[in-house]
Amino acid sequence: MAAPEKSSRAVGAVRQSFAPWNEPGKSPLIRFEKVSKRFGDTLAIDDLTLDIFEGEFFCLLGPSGCGKSTLMRMLAGFEQLTNGRVLLAGEDIAGVPPYRRPVNMMFQSYALFPHMNVEKNVAYGLVQEGMRRDEIRARVAEMLKLVQMESFAARRPDQLSGGQRQRVALARALAKRPKVLLLDEPLGALDKKLREETQFELMDIQIKLGTTFLVVTHDQEEAMTMADRIAVMDHGRVVQVATPGVIYEQPASRFVAEFVGDVNIVETVVEGGGSGSPWALCAKNDGAALSVDDPDETLERGDAVVVAVRPEKMRVSRERPEGEANVLAGEIWDIGYLGDWTVYRVRLDDGAIMRVTRANATRFTERPLDWEERVFVSFAPDAAVILTK
Amino acid sequence: MALRDRIGRALILGAPFAWLGVFFLLPVGIVLKISLSEQRLAQPPYWPLLDISEGWEGFLAFLADLSLENFLFLWEDDLYVASFLSSLRIAAVATFLLLLIGFPLAYAMTRAPRSWRPMLVAALILPFWTSFLIRVYAWIGILKPEGLLNHWLLSVGLISAPLQIIDTERAVFIGLVYTYLPFMALPLYATLERLDDSLIEAAQDLGASAFKAFWTITVPLAKPGIIAGSLLCFIPIVGEFVVPDLLGGSETLMIGRTLWTEFFGNRDWPLASAVAIVLLVILVVPIVLFREAEARRLEMGR
Amino acid sequence: MRRGLSFFNVTALVFGFAFLYLPILLLMIYSFNESRLVTVWGGFSTRWYGELLRNEQLMAAAWVTLRVAFVTAIVATVLGTMAAIALTRYGRFRGRALFTGLVYAPMVMPEVITGLSLLLLFVAIDVGRGYWTIVIAHTTFSMCFVTVVVQSRLVTFDRALEEAALDLGAPPWKVFFTVTLPLIAPAILAGFLLAFTLSMDDLVIASFASGPGATTLPMRIYSQVRLGVTPEINAASTILIALVTVAVIVAALVTKRSVMRAERGG
Repeated sequence: MAAPEKSSRAVGAVRQSFAPWNEPGKSPLIRFEKVSKRFGDTLAIDDLTLDIFEGEFFCLLGPSGCGKSTLMRMLAGFEQLTNGRVLLAGEDIAGVPPYRRPVNMMFQSYALFPHMNVEKNVAYGLVQEGMRRDEIRARVAEMLKLVQMESFAARRPDQLSGGQRQRVALARALAKRPKVLLLDEPLGALDKKLREETQFELMDIQIKLGTTFLVVTHDQEEAMTMADRIAVMDHGRVVQVATPGVIYEQPASRFVAEFVGDVNIVETVVEGGGSGSPWALCAKNDGAALSVDDPDETLERGDAVVVAVRPEKMRVSRERPEGEANVLAGEIWDIGYLGDWTVYRVRLDDGAIMRVTRANATRFTERPLDWEERVFVSFAPDAAVILTK
Repeated sequence: MALRDRIGRALILGAPFAWLGVFFLLPVGIVLKISLSEQRLAQPPYWPLLDISEGWEGFLAFLADLSLENFLFLWEDDLYVASFLSSLRIAAVATFLLLLIGFPLAYAMTRAPRSWRPMLVAALILPFWTSFLIRVYAWIGILKPEGLLNHWLLSVGLISAPLQIIDTERAVFIGLVYTYLPFMALPLYATLERLDDSLIEAAQDLGASAFKAFWTITVPLAKPGIIAGSLLCFIPIVGEFVVPDLLGGSETLMIGRTLWTEFFGNRDWPLASAVAIVLLVILVVPIVLFREAEARRLEMGR
Repeated sequence: MRRGLSFFNVTALVFGFAFLYLPILLLMIYSFNESRLVTVWGGFSTRWYGELLRNEQLMAAAWVTLRVAFVTAIVATVLGTMAAIALTRYGRFRGRALFTGLVYAPMVMPEVITGLSLLLLFVAIDVGRGYWTIVIAHTTFSMCFVTVVVQSRLVTFDRALEEAALDLGAPPWKVFFTVTLPLIAPAILAGFLLAFTLSMDDLVIASFASGPGATTLPMRIYSQVRLGVTPEINAASTILIALVTVAVIVAALVTKRSVMRAERGG
């Protein structure tokens, strides 16, 4: 793999050709402009600016309490801003009450009205709009068809399974054809298998309707699968906005690298190279040198950095690999067999634990690595990312 | 199951069952029996119960003695019909007033900061723990012609002559609303408290104004509380004695008072029993409804 | 977050609670009034409290009321707790519908009917009416309130705790006394206090159930109130209210502490 270019290519993006954020002069559908939100003494959103474009499937990803839900609820109109502006299609929506905003939300709890059947639930927003009755009926039927719930129209929410409720909630939120659909942890209440299926269904529906989707989630897998772009949030700030591929392969900070996927971290200092050269040599704390690409060419000798390497980009072998730039010796500490993958936890001679995964490409390995066996962990210079913060 | 556990089980169920059977069910049966017998001037002032020593003959004689005379009398005498109708009307109006006052109060309590709420609930329950009689009595001093309310209104200059409030139906309504407010507000609070906030948000998100969300979501979902609270007030108010007796004066007709007078004043026990039976029959439907509602509420709490 | 007090809500709270408390407060204030006239403030005085203490009839009635309430509360708590256990734990036993009906009916039954029917029972079986008949009458309706209070606690009770005790080898009766009872104790205490105050409070049923020998405080107060408002009754009421308030607050604190302890332990 060549050194990645600085501009975000659509690495790993869902739709390679869809990248409105790269079109110069294109104005966003949603703009959060220097937004702050204070609850008492705590700053939930801290001077945040973010653009979301029409037709995007956008994910706000972050640990609980990072402010992602608050940001979404600002757009829905349930939270007031302390500072800044929220623009929807170029207009400040500060004074618009929730019920007048062209934005609908799928609640985390689904918030289906327990005293109304599925049909009434889906029709609720349309009734508020004052739509004609036959139109409502047609729209409800269309929505239920979209989420494959036609045969459940007369059921009450408590007679539905979790997955069915999720579909009804989706249909209800989409019925008014909102400009933006907000989804608060849309798959959080579903079990793993259903969650994966539903992810793909949500993507299909989004592409079919062309509606802008804004999803809040703490589940990085969910975000990676569905989103065109992801904004990773931490402590009320956006720490990186990029396509899933860039987020994963070129995390902007140690927080992003650790939050999205697994990563091995080595804290070290730049010793050789640097200053305009395409690679840097870093001393590991036991003295062994690492050689890592520095595509941005910004490192200086003496910089404190962390080297981050994804487990699947490392190799573990019984013999010392020839011609490999970075080789670390250690012994097998733990083995986790996952079926498709095997996870090795290797204890290096300096005591650090490295996590290395290996795809189980063949059904049987002749002599599988065993516990406490001496091994070598290796990775290429372009497999690692150097992070300064 | 071990024998000891079986005995324990039988005791735990048997003791309260037996108590309520002897001291609640049986007495109601006796009331029914006496309502069908005739008054006599003696102690006890009615013809005696079934005499088992006379066997089958006695039982037949007992059946032959039963008469519907008391009930016919009730039906023919305007006083009783009027008392029943007036009780039902007063109870219905009072329940409506209670709902009108209790709902905003209960709703406001659920909107209060979470840390205040236990205190507000305690404050709502506390008057309930203090004597009913005293609470009614407190209003006499306020409402009577030379009472505090008139005194204050006169001194402020809002009125020029004392208002006659006590000994009217207005005083009865004030007293009823006052004494029964916790019974209405608490079940309402309990259901409104459980109401998921995101349902209201969802309604607003779908285009309903706060007012509309209230009527289409909050009120329908508070229905169990509204029903429980209303029945919890309506049923005892129909048979209420203390409030109309102390605040209502002679012009307020309520069946509880009529029964009391019949019993203690005229010593016509069979007629009083007949009044009680009719009252019971009128209240059976709301009582059954209340029981159902309670059972559902407990079921939901699970 | 959106939960907040609007102007409307604040108004509802202020008026609601003012309505509930002002009459009681006024009554208490005027119990310290020197003047016999209830509406004229004649200066602060505890004179009526003194007269109250010298009123032997009232004192005797108070003593009867306390004794009745105490015994009633004990019996009603035991029976009511049993009924609550039966209703929540015994599933669908025969006669359940009747039993549930018997538990709920006395709570909403108009007092005049309950009183009348019990009186007729006592006359029919020819027992002398007095202290014990009042206790029986009060127990009958107050045990149902105990049942409801305890039942609502049992419904939310985590059955796994009992199952764990059984699993660890405790027989059911032991599980009840070592696990269930301590955990529902706050509800039982609340039930006891409820039964106590219901009994202390009752006028109508006691009037039917009592005989010449036993007059309760509400009966005595009622017969005086019919003659008009007197500062002496205000003083008696104030003492009653103060007693109940203190009892309720103490109970609330005890309950809160034990609930907190239980929660920390669980």
